[in-house]
Amino acid sequence: MNKAEILIIDDEPQIRKLLEITLESNDYKVLQAETGKQGIIMAANHPPELILLDIGLPDKSGHEILKELREWYNKAIIILSVQNNENDIVSALDNGSTDYLTKPFRTAELMARIRSAIRRNQTQENTSVIEIDNLQINLVNRTVKKNDELIKLTSTEFNLISLFAKHEGSVLTHQYILKEIWGVGYQTETQYLRVFVGTLRKKIEDNPNQPKHIITESGVGYRFQ
Amino acid sequence: MINELKIPLIKNISLTKQYTVSILTVLMVAFLCFSLQNWLSYRTSSLILLMTVSVIAMLFDIVPVIISAVLSALIWNYFFIPPIYNFHINNTQDLLMFFLYFFIALVNAVLTFKIREAEKKARDKEEKENTIKLYNTLLNSLSHELRTPISTILGAVDTLNENKEKLSDKNQNILLNEIGKAGFRLNRQVENLLNISRLENGILRPKFDWYDMNDLINSVLQKLSVNENHKIIFQSDDTLPLFRIDEGFTEQIIHNLLHNSIQYTSENSIIEIEVMHQSENLIILISDNGNGFPEDKMDLVFNKFYRLPNTKAGGSGLGLSIVKGFVEAQNGKIKLNNKENGGAVFTVEIPAEMSYINHLKNE
Repeated sequence: MNKAEILIIDDEPQIRKLLEITLESNDYKVLQAETGKQGIIMAANHPPELILLDIGLPDKSGHEILKELREWYNKAIIILSVQNNENDIVSALDNGSTDYLTKPFRTAELMARIRSAIRRNQTQENTSVIEIDNLQINLVNRTVKKNDELIKLTSTEFNLISLFAKHEGSVLTHQYILKEIWGVGYQTETQYLRVFVGTLRKKIEDNPNQPKHIITESGVGYRFQ
Repeated sequence: MINELKIPLIKNISLTKQYTVSILTVLMVAFLCFSLQNWLSYRTSSLILLMTVSVIAMLFDIVPVIISAVLSALIWNYFFIPPIYNFHINNTQDLLMFFLYFFIALVNAVLTFKIREAEKKARDKEEKENTIKLYNTLLNSLSHELRTPISTILGAVDTLNENKEKLSDKNQNILLNEIGKAGFRLNRQVENLLNISRLENGILRPKFDWYDMNDLINSVLQKLSVNENHKIIFQSDDTLPLFRIDEGFTEQIIHNLLHNSIQYTSENSIIEIEVMHQSENLIILISDNGNGFPEDKMDLVFNKFYRLPNTKAGGSGLGLSIVKGFVEAQNGKIKLNNKENGGAVFTVEIPAEMSYINHLKNE
């Protein structure tokens, strides 16, 4: 029984009902709000472990709610958005949402994202070695091992994989990665990112054509898992 | 019949330009007749001027045409009818002819204008009929494509609700699976309709950025609902440069072309994707070894709601028209050909900047 509390902020009763049943059957405790205002009050009174926030609410834009929540709430917020709205998603991620899901979504995917987001809530930030599947990333020694064998990485490649590893399971937008690795002036130089993701995949993936670790999120960025 | 007259209508020319061109034409023709008056009688000149007004009437709006008619009548009177260089007319026959000229020029102008108006009405009517026809096709196609999955969902839910005890676990799973599939089908159709309406309204604007085509295609392949009965071949090419294109549009193009091939080729067919570049163009080839397309229908397949006769159920006739829309939105072209040894090949050509920045790899 994990009984972590999840707050759903969504105006659609059908979606709330579906989420309630799905989450409760996975042993989560569910709180519900149908407007942004109500959601913020509920989160303030009793901060949940995770918030599922619909971006298209009638009373207030999801982006505004996200900004307000992020002023004091530092646990996971997953954005729910309609399809084909990559600008919305990128802007939500840049404004501090932990992850996103587009409607319609499969519940298995939702549960995986929730588990990963809650795990990150609880992870200590000062770990020096991050292990993901068959990869071992040592942030102090700046080394990466795949199946216990050392992989030779260039300095930029290591910076990239350590940034990914620190945000395991989250989507990082192109702009965010470019800013973190190359600096503020490089946020539009996406070709740098494409080249390095390509070479990194060749070194860490079993099959770079069907990557299991660095996943392309169309129009948004990359997810490391 | 009016519709078949097809009087050339010069659209989109500003009224100022129409005034200028019609007045200048009358002046030039009058000058020409005046210079040739040793060979032309002043009555022949009147016919030439009348003909000029008729030509102007066929091209321009009513006001510039009436001005040309009045101007040409006055010019004819002043410069051609003896005594010249004044508006006085001595001869009764010439006076009568002047009024006749004036009358014919005006009638000519008004009649031509009326014919054009009638033609416009007929064209509007035809356009309206076509819209209604398209709307009906849309409704038929939509009601089929949307109602089939809705019926599946409602039917399966009813059966699960009412006969739960009698249904074996296996059959319950089958029904649940069908509900899932129907949901995907509905979602796909809604997405198609949204895309086509966004394309038509010009809401979708391409956002160009650098993309690795190998990654883009592999990502489409991973998302494509896997159909084990078809083999899709794509060989990543490490020598390809990065292309500056719209990612979403290009993904949709490839996804829809693959979906189309999967949908309309028989089981065990092989679908092949190739990417290359020629001068400043990104070229994507998607071919299959199916039956190909009837040669006389090839121009029609990209039309909205067009479906080849006798094709199997499913599909709204939107997929390929969306592909064309996304290709053209990136200033590209798409061609469909039959291969010599059977099967069809779609060739997408998108003008795109390219980037080779391999030197970065050692940083």
